[in-house]
Amino acid sequence: MAEAALPELAAVPWRGRVDARHLRIRGWLWTLQTLAFVIPFTAAGVVLIMLEPLALPVALASFAHGWVIPELHAFRGSNVLRPKGPRNERAEPVAQGLLGDLLGHEARDLQRATGLALERGALGAWLLGEAGATLVADGGRRVHCFCVGTTDAALPPSDRIAHLLLALRTDEEGFATVANHAFSGAPWRLRRRIRKEQRPALDRALREAR
Amino acid sequence: MSKLIRMDHTGHTTLAEWTEDNPEACQAAIREFRRELDAGCIGMVSDGPGTATQVRELPLDADLVILRRPIAGG
Repeated sequence: MAEAALPELAAVPWRGRVDARHLRIRGWLWTLQTLAFVIPFTAAGVVLIMLEPLALPVALASFAHGWVIPELHAFRGSNVLRPKGPRNERAEPVAQGLLGDLLGHEARDLQRATGLALERGALGAWLLGEAGATLVADGGRRVHCFCVGTTDAALPPSDRIAHLLLALRTDEEGFATVANHAFSGAPWRLRRRIRKEQRPALDRALREAR
Repeated sequence: MSKLIRMDHTGHTTLAEWTEDNPEACQAAIREFRRELDAGCIGMVSDGPGTATQVRELPLDADLVILRRPIAGG
């Protein structure tokens, strides 16, 4: 007996199923939220300088707020791809062998070089890390970062990725529903925050999504 | 030879191996599979590039059945 829906959906019955339309709306809301920080703080700084040039330090602080808050949001997004938990080095080669069998040839090489597994889905191109996933959607114009992981912290890193890969392949929309949405924005905002060795994986996902 | 494996702290552990023409091995694999499901594992079969299927009964004709733990939003 086979099932199409992810069983973990039972743990989040209050969430509506996440589809492409839901993600687009969520992306717009993130853009509005970013503008809601940038515009008022920038406008306040400009007005302060116009009213009183001596208020320049306060205006600079206002500009800084308008810059730092969206940067913190992007940082939270990049956190989902950051390696986490015990490394379990002894078991990792075995786990990586299984993950390699699940991935195609190119995705396997990319995962070994960057630590991230690339998977093409109906919603876009996914990058899977140990404790989260990033979806490159809208033809590569937007990324969505999701915090999601296995409940067994003792697993080696590649097994954690294999868990996410199998769940994603079972039910992509269910996977996006179970995961916690952490960030959405332009890819460049994420790219500058992730580790240098992970950037080729994001570049590849951007090409896949276009 | 088909295999039932569980992803765990060792990387993965082979729990059962069987061929369809060996009923005893099949029954042992089915028992092991059910025991792991009762313990909270989820049975998966990789169907090739990009697709996987969750199974609640052991598919004896599958080459590889993988048991994974549930995932959750962090």
